[in-house]
Amino acid sequence: MADQLDLLWPVLIPIMTAALAACFWYNIKAQRIISFIGLVLLFAASVKLTMTVVEHGVIAKQFGGWAPPFGISFVADPLAAALVAITGLLALTVGIFGFYDVRARHERAGFYPLFHGMITGVNGAFLTGDAFNLYVWFEVMLVTSLGLLVISRSREQLDGTIKYGILNLFGTILFLIGLALLYGATGTLNMADLARVLPGMTMTPGLMTAAMLFLAAFAIKAGLFPLFFWLPASYHTATFAVGAIFAGLLTKVGVYATFRTFTLLFLIEGDTLRYVFTFIAAMTMITGVFGAAVQWNIRRILSFHIISQIGYMLMGLAIATPIAWAGAAFYIIHHIIVKANLFLLAGAIRAAGGSDDLRKTGGLLKSHPWLAVLFLIPALSLAGLPPLSGFWAKFLVIDASLRAEYYGLAAVALVVGVLTLFSMMKIWMEAFWKASPVKPSRRRYVPVAFIIPIVMLGAVTMTIGLFAEPFVTFARDAGEVLVDPPLYIAPVFGAEAAAEAGALISGEAIEADIIENGAAEGVEEEVR
Amino acid sequence: MRSIILVASTRIFFIAMVVVSLWILLRGHNEPGGGFIGGLMGAAAFATLAFAAGVDDARKMLRIHPAVLMGVGLVLAAVSGLPGVFLNGSYLQHQWLEVPLGLFDLKLGTTLVFDIGVYFVVIGGVLSFMFRLYEEDQG
Amino acid sequence: MTFLYAAAIAAYSGCGLYLMLSRHVVRIILGLALLTNGAIFLIFFSGRIGSMVPAVIPLGDQELALDAANSLPQALALTAIVIGFALTAFAVALLVAAYKRLDTLDAREMTAAEDMGSPFLPPGGRPEPAVKPAEEPAAAGKKSDEVKTNG
Repeated sequence: MADQLDLLWPVLIPIMTAALAACFWYNIKAQRIISFIGLVLLFAASVKLTMTVVEHGVIAKQFGGWAPPFGISFVADPLAAALVAITGLLALTVGIFGFYDVRARHERAGFYPLFHGMITGVNGAFLTGDAFNLYVWFEVMLVTSLGLLVISRSREQLDGTIKYGILNLFGTILFLIGLALLYGATGTLNMADLARVLPGMTMTPGLMTAAMLFLAAFAIKAGLFPLFFWLPASYHTATFAVGAIFAGLLTKVGVYATFRTFTLLFLIEGDTLRYVFTFIAAMTMITGVFGAAVQWNIRRILSFHIISQIGYMLMGLAIATPIAWAGAAFYIIHHIIVKANLFLLAGAIRAAGGSDDLRKTGGLLKSHPWLAVLFLIPALSLAGLPPLSGFWAKFLVIDASLRAEYYGLAAVALVVGVLTLFSMMKIWMEAFWKASPVKPSRRRYVPVAFIIPIVMLGAVTMTIGLFAEPFVTFARDAGEVLVDPPLYIAPVFGAEAAAEAGALISGEAIEADIIENGAAEGVEEEVR
Repeated sequence: MRSIILVASTRIFFIAMVVVSLWILLRGHNEPGGGFIGGLMGAAAFATLAFAAGVDDARKMLRIHPAVLMGVGLVLAAVSGLPGVFLNGSYLQHQWLEVPLGLFDLKLGTTLVFDIGVYFVVIGGVLSFMFRLYEEDQG
Repeated sequence: MTFLYAAAIAAYSGCGLYLMLSRHVVRIILGLALLTNGAIFLIFFSGRIGSMVPAVIPLGDQELALDAANSLPQALALTAIVIGFALTAFAVALLVAAYKRLDTLDAREMTAAEDMGSPFLPPGGRPEPAVKPAEEPAAAGKKSDEVKTNG
């Protein structure tokens, strides 16, 4: 019982921090202290949650003492728990970065309440086991992130925020329409309950529409191929601390929701859905990396790379084998750390070189050699060079795609990896290697508050890279739960209901095999 | 466009609206009403005042910044769930306390704290937007 | 009856989508608000309009009457209304601020974010028209007129 309460704190702590910070609206110093205490507590709580999940497997909790399908349930499987832990780490590091980056007028405009409100939304979205509740957390996240994005009220931010806001708002409305159709068809919105009910239902046009609306909505949130335009239009305008947390977390909530929906509710078993996902994954990778190639603003380059990297995660989902899902889970975690670190480094480069336009900066290798080293760690990790975390992430996903005989997808992934390296080398050449185009009038210093989080996140990247074994094992566990919906249902409804659902799912699969031809059966066998 | 009639009558209506909003807040548990609707009415009272007599007057009447009100409300709502954690092991499971007062029993619950929290959040949330929009309009 | 509801939802969503195709940002926001309303009606109707008995336990009873309406879609619709309201309010506040700073609500002219580090512009960003500061008020007035007529 006490263990299940671990689910509560990663959401309740940031809510309380945000609320208390808002109570001290005029006392900035008190807000800073409250915020920092909140971040430390949040990190501790999220680590505790992950340890509980590692120990006990999937855990679930009903709020308000209501029985499962009626009350809101929170469920933590290994993937969700790991994401919550990473959120805790990232919030803490960005909080430290913010000591210098967050200006007094941002603080007066409500930075701390908004920041913790956004963390609440992110953690809530990861942990909730109720589809409608997921919508609510999406909106919490959206409204607070809008506030954070526009916090300087500059022309660029207002422009970026309008684009970000309108397209994301449209995405959540699509999600809401999908929820309405799903509720009309099934009569429930509890995810575990849906996983129990849906395998027994025929795929009516209404359900298919709901599935596609979910895909479109999450595609907007995650920045998938045809719907990513808001992302490079807005992320580079935020302040550096905000940009880093956005780059790390917000799109990954969309990716997580896609995974949850298409592993638990609508299974990628038919060829149609798999084809759609494969196509989107490949196009996302390619467009992202080519979009980055022409840009000159560091964070715009990195924004386009978020898109191409999300293609890799979706590629894992599209292949739909346990190892592919494990690889994708590993990829998400690696990417959050690396991408946030690169956005923080963009801030450090700006502080050291005076501009985040690559054409106006340069010569940093001579003036800040250690910054160059710190940049290379996440940059090479993003491109997938051993022995860094990105190598293992790419290796797992591409290995899975070769095993499942998706050679085209694997080739695309490898080529995109090389192009990513090209982009990272472009930043390196322009910002560090090239002589500075303007004579620096004075020596610029990078504040210590910038270096600590960059070193912390770089160390995590190195650790995952050098001691990959436990992390891969953990990702395998996460993949196991994704493959086996009864593992998710059992903590909510009990083992019996889970077994029934399991029989229904496998029965459905066998039936589908009989109806389809023998070739499909062979693939099916290999998947199991 | 400041009209004396509007300003004068608003002062009276403001009090009436706040009283009614509190009444709706308190009757909320067993009858239609509650923190959200009460909060909207309370916010409407302040918004009317801001419309008629100016945002400065309304801000003075509210005394604290709307964001602070939102924070206080959120703290109340979040804290109201905590007794359930320690007594039943379930967050937001509400607890009841019956106070006999001779003539009738006064039933107090943590839901009341939650509702008051919602009331404050709604007033704070609506007003922080409303005041800013009025100010943009006037200045 | 079902057809009537469906037609109403279609009308709401259709108007919303049509408004969203506009280049004028205010119209886009209005379109989003209409589309949200369409979605809320859809949720409400997904719960099937069967009983008209409110889902409130009568005074003195312990249980809900058997023929009471399904309260879940009502709760979902209410939540969606609240969230939609908050987001629309935020969007309007954002638009007011944007109009003050950018002097336009035409999506074609909002390029401030796009210009940062763009490969199609010189490193300094979009060159400012030299005469602009002198005739600022006139230009702003003209622009807003234009938005009104063709937006």
